Amino acid sequence: MADITLTVDGKKLTVPAGTLLIEACKGAGIEVPFFCYYPNLSLQGACRMCLVEIEKMPKLQTACTTLVAEGMVVTTESDKVKQARKSMLELLLANHPLDCPVCDAGGECELQDMTFKYGAAESKFMDLKNHRDEQQWSPVVYFDRPRCILCYRCIRVCGEGMDVWSLGIQNRGPSSIIAPNKEDHLECEECGMCIDICPVGALTSGAYRYKTRPWEMKHVGTVCTHCGDGCKTTLGVRRADTGMQIVRGDNRDKSGINGEFLCIKGRYAFDFAHHPERLPQPLVKREGKLVPTTWEQAFDLIAKKFQDALTSDGPTSIGVIGSNHTSNEENYLLQKFARLVLGTNNIDHHRTADFPAFASALAGKQNTTASMRDVFSAPAVLLIGNDPTEQHPLLAWQIRSDVRLHRAKLYVVNSSAIKLHRQATSFAQIVSGSEGNFVQFLAGNDKAADSVVSPNLTREALTTLRDALKNESGLVIIFGSELRGADVKALVDFGLAQGAKFICLGDYANSRGAADMGLYPDMLPGYAPVLTATRYHEEWLDEIPPIPGMNLLQMMDAAKNGKLKALYVVGSNPIARNNIDPFALSKSFVIVQDMFLTETASIADVVLPVANAYEKSGTYTNTSGDVQMLKKAGEFAGVRNDFECIVRIAARMGYDVHKLVPFGGAGTRADMGQTRGAQSGESDRHAVWLASHNLEPKMSPYDPTAMLDEIQRLVPGYDISRLNLLAGQDVHSQLVQITGATGMGDPALIMPANDSLFTSGTLGKFSDTLNTVYERYSPPHDLEMAADYDPQVRMGG
Amino acid sequence: MKFSDQLEQRFATMVTHYPTKRSVLVPMLLYIQDELGSLTEEAIHEIAQRVELSDLEVRNVISYYSMLRTRAVGKYNFQICTNVSCLLRGAEDIFEQCKKKLGVGNKQTTSDGLFYLEEVECIGACSWAPAMMMNYEFVENLTAAKIDELIEGLKKKEQQ
Amino acid sequence: MAYLVSHPDEVKVVSKRFGKGATSLDRYLELDGYKALQKALTMQPDAIINEVKASNLRGRGGAGFPTGMKWSFVPKQSPKPKYVLCNGDESEPGTCKDRLIFEHDPHSVIEGVMIAALAVGAKTGYIYLRGEYRYLVQIMEKAVADAYARGFIGKNIFGSGVDLDIFVHSGAGAYEVGEESALMESLEGKRGIPRIRPPFPAVVGLWGGPTVINNAESLASVPHIILGGGEWFAKLGTPKNGGTRLFCMSGELERPGVYELPMGYNLKKMIYDVAGGMVKGKKLKGVVPGGSSVQIITPDEIDVAMDFDSLPKVGSMLGSGGVIVIDDHTCLVKFALRVTQFYQHESCGWCIPCREGTDWMKKTLVRMHSGGGVAKDIDNLKYLAENMLGRTFCPLGDAAAMPIISYVQKFRSEFEDHLNGKPCPYEKAAQPVMV
Ligand SMILES: Cc1cc2nc3c(=O)[nH]c(=O)nc-3n(C[C@H](O)[C@H](O)[C@H](O)COP(=O)(O)O)c2cc1C
Ligand code: SF4
Ligand code: FES
Repeated sequence: MADITLTVDGKKLTVPAGTLLIEACKGAGIEVPFFCYYPNLSLQGACRMCLVEIEKMPKLQTACTTLVAEGMVVTTESDKVKQARKSMLELLLANHPLDCPVCDAGGECELQDMTFKYGAAESKFMDLKNHRDEQQWSPVVYFDRPRCILCYRCIRVCGEGMDVWSLGIQNRGPSSIIAPNKEDHLECEECGMCIDICPVGALTSGAYRYKTRPWEMKHVGTVCTHCGDGCKTTLGVRRADTGMQIVRGDNRDKSGINGEFLCIKGRYAFDFAHHPERLPQPLVKREGKLVPTTWEQAFDLIAKKFQDALTSDGPTSIGVIGSNHTSNEENYLLQKFARLVLGTNNIDHHRTADFPAFASALAGKQNTTASMRDVFSAPAVLLIGNDPTEQHPLLAWQIRSDVRLHRAKLYVVNSSAIKLHRQATSFAQIVSGSEGNFVQFLAGNDKAADSVVSPNLTREALTTLRDALKNESGLVIIFGSELRGADVKALVDFGLAQGAKFICLGDYANSRGAADMGLYPDMLPGYAPVLTATRYHEEWLDEIPPIPGMNLLQMMDAAKNGKLKALYVVGSNPIARNNIDPFALSKSFVIVQDMFLTETASIADVVLPVANAYEKSGTYTNTSGDVQMLKKAGEFAGVRNDFECIVRIAARMGYDVHKLVPFGGAGTRADMGQTRGAQSGESDRHAVWLASHNLEPKMSPYDPTAMLDEIQRLVPGYDISRLNLLAGQDVHSQLVQITGATGMGDPALIMPANDSLFTSGTLGKFSDTLNTVYERYSPPHDLEMAADYDPQVRMGG
Repeated sequence: MKFSDQLEQRFATMVTHYPTKRSVLVPMLLYIQDELGSLTEEAIHEIAQRVELSDLEVRNVISYYSMLRTRAVGKYNFQICTNVSCLLRGAEDIFEQCKKKLGVGNKQTTSDGLFYLEEVECIGACSWAPAMMMNYEFVENLTAAKIDELIEGLKKKEQQ
Repeated sequence: MAYLVSHPDEVKVVSKRFGKGATSLDRYLELDGYKALQKALTMQPDAIINEVKASNLRGRGGAGFPTGMKWSFVPKQSPKPKYVLCNGDESEPGTCKDRLIFEHDPHSVIEGVMIAALAVGAKTGYIYLRGEYRYLVQIMEKAVADAYARGFIGKNIFGSGVDLDIFVHSGAGAYEVGEESALMESLEGKRGIPRIRPPFPAVVGLWGGPTVINNAESLASVPHIILGGGEWFAKLGTPKNGGTRLFCMSGELERPGVYELPMGYNLKKMIYDVAGGMVKGKKLKGVVPGGSSVQIITPDEIDVAMDFDSLPKVGSMLGSGGVIVIDDHTCLVKFALRVTQFYQHESCGWCIPCREGTDWMKKTLVRMHSGGGVAKDIDNLKYLAENMLGRTFCPLGDAAAMPIISYVQKFRSEFEDHLNGKPCPYEKAAQPVMV
């Protein structure tokens, strides 16, 4: 669009036509105050805080609704303007309870800040304030009407942003009140976005209310550990007798991949970390019972059992199962440990997507995967399978926002009417299980349509859809675990032909990381086959066993047959997730690293209590391949992280840890704190400084950054900017496979987690919040939107 | 839920008058209230379904309009205007008289369920003040005697 | 039902069929009904608009915007359908004229809407009646049905090839819905919250289509303009203020009522001659000449022409045509309280200054009137009103603020008489009103 030149406070600005005055000012560093305005939500013009003077206009104008015009002359801080703002504040405060000392938002309140600036603290009024009692709308949402300034942000973020529409406004005039959809309570997705967006303390979090004051917490921006989308969540932590307790999760820091967004899990489901059943010390089985032991004894025992098995039955008698929740460094270390220390390729994890097929189909092509950010601006999106609203809430948000703000086209192909069909330009409801055939049809096999069509979907509609897709440039294709093996290849070939980018959806926070880091019996990191000579072979002096190992199910069979002497389970629960008969493991020595006595841990011989992702540093790769840094926030006394456990076991077994973790260098041996304490943030900051000066901070074998070095050096696609990572940004990794590989991995081993918005595997089981929200048991249905909702009309766009 | 044939008929024609379904909402709510006495939960849900809105959205609308209500009131709805034109001509006395005579306060229904009394804003009878509405009927140029007569007349009618 | 009055000075244009049984379509036709429409069907849209422009008809809803000009803002080409919306929400205290038009001459409004539709190229017209005017819904629906039955509305009207639909729509009790953009929201089945402007309804209105919104009286004047000619109509009034206007005289007058008088008629004459002066024993204290939202004028300011340009010279406005005459037995603080109570009750609550400002003005006035006033209250009231003025989302905030400023300015002593525990001088026993 053409550019427009205007003058604000004497400064000449040039901005694109169609820019809102308030944004033009912001861009030039001129802050115009606001309450009701919110970028990317519909315009309100209700709070009148943004009034400015515009030459030739007799009245003050709202900067939030005025579009810039050529030659406009604006004054944003004249006496007239200041008085207007001051009086708005006086009016708001007149009926405000002024209970700031006990208000959750105290110190983080836009009304406080504004009053501080415009000085409306003197009270002109002496009459009684209108009072209403506080209401609890759900286990996590409380509403305090007297504090509400009616900026309507909550209503808009819930409706326009989340497409949930569970907040409204009732009554009129001074008795107007924000109201939940079920008269006295809420039924919704419980995302808590309304709380985050509330500029005052009217909406507060049930999880956090009255627990502490904002300035008593340390705020750590890290990565959510629940689903595969990788939202940044800011954790507020505070000292407690068990270490550092996480008291709040929110999204004050909107710099993450998720922008405004957080779902219920990212916001509230950190509470598993302080669940009373959390294990505080190692356990060892004595006379059939798990009893407490010391770390030293536990490590000695494990090392001895591994040595025994190696001596008696050789490396193939040991199996290793990795995790979808541990960091990339831990996953990489674990497979290296299995292959070099134990000498076995018997390593696997709970697979939830066919990443190997995906990597192989892309076959080393650059720039063919889409990042989570790309989805927000894609001109068109094709979604096959999955239900992102339930399983990938951020992805759903990105898609919705893209449609709403950029009028992107969305094609949904699914066997059920998933919620995103409401945003779809075109929705094809295919027969359940026919996703693969649909893809084959796309690829040109007309006969494949036979099993796809249904009374809901004609052959003509399918053909129209295919034609439309072929004409989309800039398409992002997203698919769920319904597509595997050859179907993935067919889809990728179809899309590549027209320059599409792809996202393959896996469940859990780091399942992509687990796959990329080579938790496979037949693949090394970067999906390199164990059989061909790779750079790992060079680097690791050919210590990689030359034959593929057993996959998870084969290991279980071997255990049943008494052939698996030892099983090392790191952050995984195969008994529950893969439906393994617990009895199958009775003949093996089972070592489990976990936070809780899971189904698998409870039958183990040794259980090592470990830290979760909120309690350590490292990196995660989300389902679309965006790598982000974990920052240590919480701490739970007595536990250690998986990384340290693996290194210590290797050391006990007499393995040279320098070969395992390339730490140190010029003989430095100090732990700078990366592995401990709430001050780990300090060392992260220090790390930024070091990295920016090309210095290496890794000084102990427990420093995951040392492992990250090797990952970045060896794993294709991970040679990304370390500086950006350290600065807390998401960095997209390219999924480029080592050339020469063919599709591998057995599609039959893929088992989707089937988590909903309100469940999260074991973590969810121990989250009181997730367990107390009503919607977990009775999913919300009545989430209709206004039939003719179009903010452009009401707001005159 | 079904409404009377007449109302169903009205709804069926009205939806054809507008490009969006929800446009019938405000008048329909009033007509439903006329039929049912108030907007019950069931009625709210029904109309919400019909115009493809959430119950919440319908409630948001209802609570905006002062004539719409979710609780039933007396059979004879006395709405006394006390706005300025009526005020100038003694509306407050009229209102006080009604209170006394009916034995109820503002926005209350008599114990026999017959009369509901409400002070209202200008009803558009300023040149014939003071004025009131009895259900949808205007009663204008009110005097103390006229009020007495009206109430007595209605009471008598009900006794028969 | 409403009582008709008359006076020799009246010039009956809009009210010419009042009391003559024009609700019956046949009778309406006898009284020149639908002739203007037929004439308009032979005219070019621009010619219709020019005729209305020439008439100097200014909006009777309150703001006095030239009607012809408003129509000319409607784009000729529009991808979305265009609409005409008749504003019959009449809720401004002191105003009761539209009601008479609907009651006595329903077809004239229909005809006006249709001519407006022809002028701007709309195919659909809506007539929005305030919920309290329930009996008028019946009258209007019958009139519309009768006209449909004769083929005056509907497909191919008067064999012209033009299709035009008219529908009657009822509100449900909300003053703010009279504001044009809130009116559209209400018609669309929503809360009556005004819309952001620009764009104005003439460009983006009902369901996004260009929409002409006019007051019922403005529209009822249109057929007469088309038949009699714009120039004739213009000459009935003063320069820039064409035609006649229905004035609603209320208060302690000998002959209150709705009179149709030429624009620019003298207010003093209106009170003392047309309406018969004050009732015996009462003296004039002030006049609110254009509905409760305009500023009060004092008895020595009433020798003024009643048109959009003259009243501002004495610090007031013509507004909606509701002339409220205040007598010396009325407490001005009480009057202020009642006016404020109205705006507090009717504020839609969307924007801070109006929602909170009206509430605090009301609280202050309730306390003052019942004897709890303190000296700073008077300035506080003025401060509140002045800080609302011109800063609200829609003009309701101004409507609430302007009168208060004028009362305090012109009748400050009455407020002072209420301070420091002094009982209201006008009441036997001071008592607060509805809260
Ligand atoms: C708060 C408020 C209430 C209004 N109420 C009415 C009303 O009841 N009737 C009306 O015709 N205009 C009313 N108006 C004026 C309308 O917004 C609009 O200007 C008018 O309907 C246009 O018609 P006109 O140009 O024929 O006057 C109101 C304006 C405001 C700000
Ligand atoms: S001024 Fe503001 S609160 Fe008042 S009616 Fe208009 S928009 Fe609503
Ligand atoms: S930010 Fe502009 S009115 Fe609220």
